[in-house]
Amino acid sequence: MRAPEGIGPAEGRAAAAARRRRLLDRAWTHGWLVLGVLVFALPIWITLVGSTHDAATIGRGEVPLLPGHHAIGNYATAWAEGGGRFRTTAAAVMLWNSALMALLIAAGKIAISLLSAYAVAFFSFPGRMAFFWMIFLTLMLPVEVRIIPTFQVMVDLALINTMAGLVVPLVASATATLLFRQFFLTIPDEYVEAAKMDGAGPLRFFRDVVVPLSVTNIAALFVILFIYGWNQYLWPLLVVNDSSLETIVVGLSKMIGTGDAQNEWNTIMATAVLAMLPPVAVVVLMQRWFVRGLTETEK
Amino acid sequence: MRRRVIFRGKVLPYLLLAPQIAVTLVFFFWPAGQAIRQSVLREDPFGLRSEFVGLENFREVLADPLYLNAVWNTAVFSAAVAALALGAALFLAVLADKQIRGAGAYKTLLIWPYAVAPAVAAVLWLFLFHPSIGLVGRALNAAGIAWDYKLNGAQAMALVILASAWKQVSYNFIFFLAGLQSIPRSVLEAAAMDGARPAYRFWTVVFPLLSPTTFFLVVVNLTYAFFDTFGVIHALTGGGPGKATETLIYKVYVDGVQNLNLGGSAAQSVILMAIVIALTAVQFRHVERRVHY
Repeated sequence: MRAPEGIGPAEGRAAAAARRRRLLDRAWTHGWLVLGVLVFALPIWITLVGSTHDAATIGRGEVPLLPGHHAIGNYATAWAEGGGRFRTTAAAVMLWNSALMALLIAAGKIAISLLSAYAVAFFSFPGRMAFFWMIFLTLMLPVEVRIIPTFQVMVDLALINTMAGLVVPLVASATATLLFRQFFLTIPDEYVEAAKMDGAGPLRFFRDVVVPLSVTNIAALFVILFIYGWNQYLWPLLVVNDSSLETIVVGLSKMIGTGDAQNEWNTIMATAVLAMLPPVAVVVLMQRWFVRGLTETEK
Repeated sequence: MRRRVIFRGKVLPYLLLAPQIAVTLVFFFWPAGQAIRQSVLREDPFGLRSEFVGLENFREVLADPLYLNAVWNTAVFSAAVAALALGAALFLAVLADKQIRGAGAYKTLLIWPYAVAPAVAAVLWLFLFHPSIGLVGRALNAAGIAWDYKLNGAQAMALVILASAWKQVSYNFIFFLAGLQSIPRSVLEAAAMDGARPAYRFWTVVFPLLSPTTFFLVVVNLTYAFFDTFGVIHALTGGGPGKATETLIYKVYVDGVQNLNLGGSAAQSVILMAIVIALTAVQFRHVERRVHY
């Protein structure tokens, strides 16, 4: 490489070496990142490919690397009848159940947490801290550690095999309450004073000032909580055994049974794609809110 | 912190709190109390009578070789998932933090697996590693490695670890990237001016500054591996082959829901509660102090 004018050959060589080093460094960076992206994408790609071939091709163990021609048939079957050998529940039904459950969980958690955070942040009343700690302590009691007694409560309240049973026990949220309380404390006292001066009561202040100010936080939380709701597994597995209430994540895992090779893997893979699509779309389309929600809820 | 100006109200604050507190009492505190109560009782096989047995259930659980097997599996599984997910995420975050073209695209392509449910991740990896129909599974067998995660316990463990870690990398990646981007450029430039080599610079300057993030993520990843991977194991191996991938959570489920051993399952629940309380306490102490070494 020729040295630029006015620079001696030694400096020219040094500059060229530095440039080469930078180029190498950049190639190394891109190389590893591309590899990382590929490792992440490989299982998804193979699933997509699997959903476009016929069951026999996959059953013979000849999954190609490129899509086949059976996409429409496979997705139509999975959508209308269900995937796998037994086609227990149509994906359309399971998707509807999952969507309803996820939306209700996210909306319920946000509504309940807004209200309780408002009470804790804007009122002074006996037992305030006790209630606050009670809510906080739910962080330490995930479903997994109280399976049987919680199931007993569900039986006693006749909530087994109901949408309410899927949703209600999951709508308490310590993290959302903590987050909203934190945010409410940053609302200046002057706002409250002004509202009081104008004769606005606490409910009016909540509706006209607090909720509009919280819109950003609500959006960010909604993304996280929707994914949380959609991806529920143990709880629907316990509470629902009626196939008309099956959620798609649990339904999908029931389809594969013990992982037998002689199954309708093409329709199972189509169902898997359908199960992934809504939450992945939410993350990709609302990426900014998603990252914000994630980093804020975990503080 | 408290605000100066507050609303007065005798009933309203309680009404506002009522829904959250009701759910908390009915579905959290009552069952947790029941778990503690059942853990010191033993029911007869017909569920008609129960007698107080003190810590007998705990003694039995802790002496059970199958329980100790689950403890060991959980330790191996959690450590491996955390190490793998954190290591890969840190590596990718350091690369994505560089001033390169397409950084935004890489970021998007690396964070979406967060949205994939653990059980769905399990199905994807099963399809890839199935010994007779999976792309990788068949390739391994063709290469002379006897791969069948349904027969070989170690391979089953490796597969549930891979599927669980795969899903968690994106979460860690987001936090590491945010942590890296909050390190002031001036600090990095000063280190570069001192002539330290990049790798040395990373371990002596960048990594210590990331320690609060790393510490937080270790706790989150352990919690994830403990409690949120039930779906992966249930869908992929069902705790098998044998009991090779049966973790503590999975064992509570099997003993309580399938074998209906109430006392034993309750004792295990109480032990798990102690673990969550410890993990949460560590996490919050850290958040308060914002540790810097």
